[in-house]
Amino acid sequence: MARFREFCSRLWRTLFFKKADEDFHAELESHLAMEVEEGVARGLTEQEARRQALIRHGGLEQAKISQREQRGLPFLETLFQDLHFGLRVFGRNKGFSVIVIMTLAVGIGANTSLFSIVHAVLLRPLPYAHPEELVTVDASKPNFSRGSISYLNFLDWQRENKSLASFAIFRNTSFSITGIAVPERVRAQYISVDFFKVLGIEPALGRLFLSGEDEAGRAPIALISSSLWLRRFQADPRIVGQQIHLDGKSFTVIGVLPAVFEQGSGYFQAKDVYVPIGQWPNGALRDRGAGLGLHGIARLKKGISFSQAQQDMLGVSDRLAELYPKENHGLRAALLPLETATTGEVRPLLLVLLGAVGFVLLIACGNVANLLLARSDARLQEFSVRFALGARRLRIIRQLMTESILLSLAGGTVGLVFAAWGIKAALALLPNALPRSGGIHLNGPVLIFTLALSVAVGMAFGIFPALKISQTRLHGALKEGRNGGGTSRWKAQHSLVIFETALAMVLLVGAGLMTRCLLVLSGVHPGFNTKGVLAFVLSTPRASQRGSSEDIRAYFREAHRRIRETPGIEAASVTVGSSPMDSDDEQLFWLEGEAKPQNSNDMHWSLSYTVEPEYLQVMGIPLLQGRFFTEADNERSQRVVVVDDVLANTYFKGVNPIGQHLNLDGGDQKATVIGVVGHVLQWGPERDRTNSLRAQLYLPFMQREELLSSLNGSLSSGVVVRTSQNTSAIVAALQNNLRKMDREQVLWGVSSMDQVLRDSMAERRFTMILLSLFAVLALGLASVGIYGVLSFLVGRKTREIGIRMALGADRGVVLRWVLGQGGRLIATGILIGGISAVLLIRVISAVSLVDGVRGYDPYTLLSVTGILAFVGCLASFVPAARAMRIEPIRALRSE
Amino acid sequence: MGDKAEVWQGTLALMVLKTLEMMGAQHGYGIARRIEQVSGNQLALNYGTLYPALLKLEQEGFVVSSWGVSENNRKAKFYELTKAGKKQIQRETESWEQTTEILGRFLNPMEGV
Repeated sequence: MARFREFCSRLWRTLFFKKADEDFHAELESHLAMEVEEGVARGLTEQEARRQALIRHGGLEQAKISQREQRGLPFLETLFQDLHFGLRVFGRNKGFSVIVIMTLAVGIGANTSLFSIVHAVLLRPLPYAHPEELVTVDASKPNFSRGSISYLNFLDWQRENKSLASFAIFRNTSFSITGIAVPERVRAQYISVDFFKVLGIEPALGRLFLSGEDEAGRAPIALISSSLWLRRFQADPRIVGQQIHLDGKSFTVIGVLPAVFEQGSGYFQAKDVYVPIGQWPNGALRDRGAGLGLHGIARLKKGISFSQAQQDMLGVSDRLAELYPKENHGLRAALLPLETATTGEVRPLLLVLLGAVGFVLLIACGNVANLLLARSDARLQEFSVRFALGARRLRIIRQLMTESILLSLAGGTVGLVFAAWGIKAALALLPNALPRSGGIHLNGPVLIFTLALSVAVGMAFGIFPALKISQTRLHGALKEGRNGGGTSRWKAQHSLVIFETALAMVLLVGAGLMTRCLLVLSGVHPGFNTKGVLAFVLSTPRASQRGSSEDIRAYFREAHRRIRETPGIEAASVTVGSSPMDSDDEQLFWLEGEAKPQNSNDMHWSLSYTVEPEYLQVMGIPLLQGRFFTEADNERSQRVVVVDDVLANTYFKGVNPIGQHLNLDGGDQKATVIGVVGHVLQWGPERDRTNSLRAQLYLPFMQREELLSSLNGSLSSGVVVRTSQNTSAIVAALQNNLRKMDREQVLWGVSSMDQVLRDSMAERRFTMILLSLFAVLALGLASVGIYGVLSFLVGRKTREIGIRMALGADRGVVLRWVLGQGGRLIATGILIGGISAVLLIRVISAVSLVDGVRGYDPYTLLSVTGILAFVGCLASFVPAARAMRIEPIRALRSE
Repeated sequence: MGDKAEVWQGTLALMVLKTLEMMGAQHGYGIARRIEQVSGNQLALNYGTLYPALLKLEQEGFVVSSWGVSENNRKAKFYELTKAGKKQIQRETESWEQTTEILGRFLNPMEGV
């Protein structure tokens, strides 16, 4: 307690020291006076008494110092002194300070921007209770490492496992809210009862689903999101028990989910309606072998580790594979921690970017260190005098460090402003490239990061001049006056510049390679003509579904006619199944002459596209052999199929595929191949070539009996159209036409194929833009560094140059000499940087390169070297020109 | 400093407190004189040592100070013991006596083991 009181009292007196000083002075005087009195009383003269007293007590000043040390917080006082002094120094050299602060602001600002992205995407914990216990559960099958789980398998896995506290499945879907003037399309999910229990979400109103309510045949109930509740029901507190009509069927709302859940986590996007899985009228739920887009999420039991759960689930799925060899052969459980599933793909990429932006900061620090080193030259005299007056080395170092940190904190503050702009720009350019990007802004942790970084940076570059100055030899410095300094300082500056150039080189190589990759990818033809193709989803009104398959065919023919007749539409086709770069569907088959394989996983796999005859025109896919479908290929004619060249080469090598037969699984149909078309990049320009599933086949829509008769389960179908019109205009026209046909038809999910193709490269583009930006920043900063060092050199050597010129050297020689100095620095930097870059890129396989672009790609290396050399020379030229213009007489006279 | 011993700050604090207890309120000069006297002139106190010690005692709350007038009509700062100070004297005295006793056993091993 006494110590605390002491501390408080010290703090108080530090802040209000003036009065205390006067106070103490008066007290000392009083003490002295009394002592003198006593001396006089003993018989001395006043003068003598005073003299003796002073000898006894020692110096007044020393006493004051001891008192002050006891009185205040010496540390704080010297800190204030340093700050005050530092501010004065910078006030006197505004230009210098501004340059330093701006340089630091660029470096720190860029780092803050990237850190806020990294924090929002990678560091922030997921918004669920104990997120480290959550795992995603999928089924690994041939061609799919994280494929969907069938419903029956899910039930068995749920029952048999010993490691999961709760386990649920979900399936993305969508509904039209009907029964209102304008049907609205909402995103939805089918879920099993435990879904929210796994995530640990409690409803804001009402209740969650209870055990058993997700079975088929139970009452139709639904949970809605908070925003839907606001939008559609005006936040009516009596929402529980009201009805909502989804695709014409009436559901009872039993609860509202909290608003906080809507932010999504990257893995689960915000949906408006959640419905028990039993409400999905798809007969395939009872088929153990069906892949229906169901995926799982589970929470580990307390104390169970991830690998233990993995082992357990693998055991469960293997036992089931033995029990049901036909459906489950080769099918195993696949678990991933939720965090990895959400951000695992972008993690290495972001870390590389973090490293890159760190390089930029290092270069900025290098420049600032160089600037400070140059300035410390000028201040040498000042510090020599202080040393002579008795200042301790540590004190001087502390003062210099305080100045540096002051600068870096100022730089950090301005950097925050840059970062705010940077974040805005980043979010505007690249909204969807990253998961969890909704949380990117300047929040608490980001600010703390900036503060810590600023202080660290200040200490890092402050060390240089601090050490240099504190090592000064007194005598020499005082004598040499303002031109003191030795070669060691030059060496430091030169090394810094080489270091900066090397870093800039590494970044430039990285950016160059990324750009090359992107160019290569952009040049890859996706197999079809993406320009002018629009895709959307058409929701079949419930009324039209309830017919025979004949009625359904008639409906589709009518819908096709309406779409086709809309002015501006050049071709149209319904498409079900796979859609390039969007979704995939598979068809299993076996060849003629092969026995039917016992289980589906032993059959041949192919991507399947169920389309209408105009599909080829819409997509612009080349026809290689035979013919495509026509109106004649319908329910009454023989079963036909069109394959792509990959399938043809894989299964009909050396033989003419036309006329061959395939046995299609699911209906056991035998189909004849009537044509071969070009391959389409289903998996996108980057991944298609290496994917294991590339074979493609096309089936005529009208012949797919099983599809049409089970349309009860799938209420919407995809449509693609070719049009040259503006998107919103044509969509409005189409919607109009379709509504005339049936008021409840909704056209939604419009996307242009062009956009889809571009989005598939969004991540690469993001990396490229950022790396290029960093490389440009690095280049700018490094060239400023080169310029600075060479200017300094010329300034130093002015006398020497003057002498040489007076002795007959011509200006050209001087120019060449300066350029030579600069050239050596740049060349060394480029060499070191180039080698480091190639080595680094080997190590960082995360920034994976595209086929055709090697780590030491010569085009990139050459062009980057050229750019760096050019800019470097430019930066060297100005001081060289200055050196050239030195007049010998003035140089010799200057000091 | 002459031939008089230096004073440890810890013991100085106790001496100052004890002096104030005996003398009542006193100014710095008076305290110094008194301590020198009591020590039989074995200790030398200069104001570089005394005043920081007085300040520390004040910071810790064991004395309070106020400006007043000395017996010679001179303005001086007077120090007075507080209640906490009295308690501190007790504590310190006990602690010292204990230390002395233990040390005594080492220095006079005859006194019962």
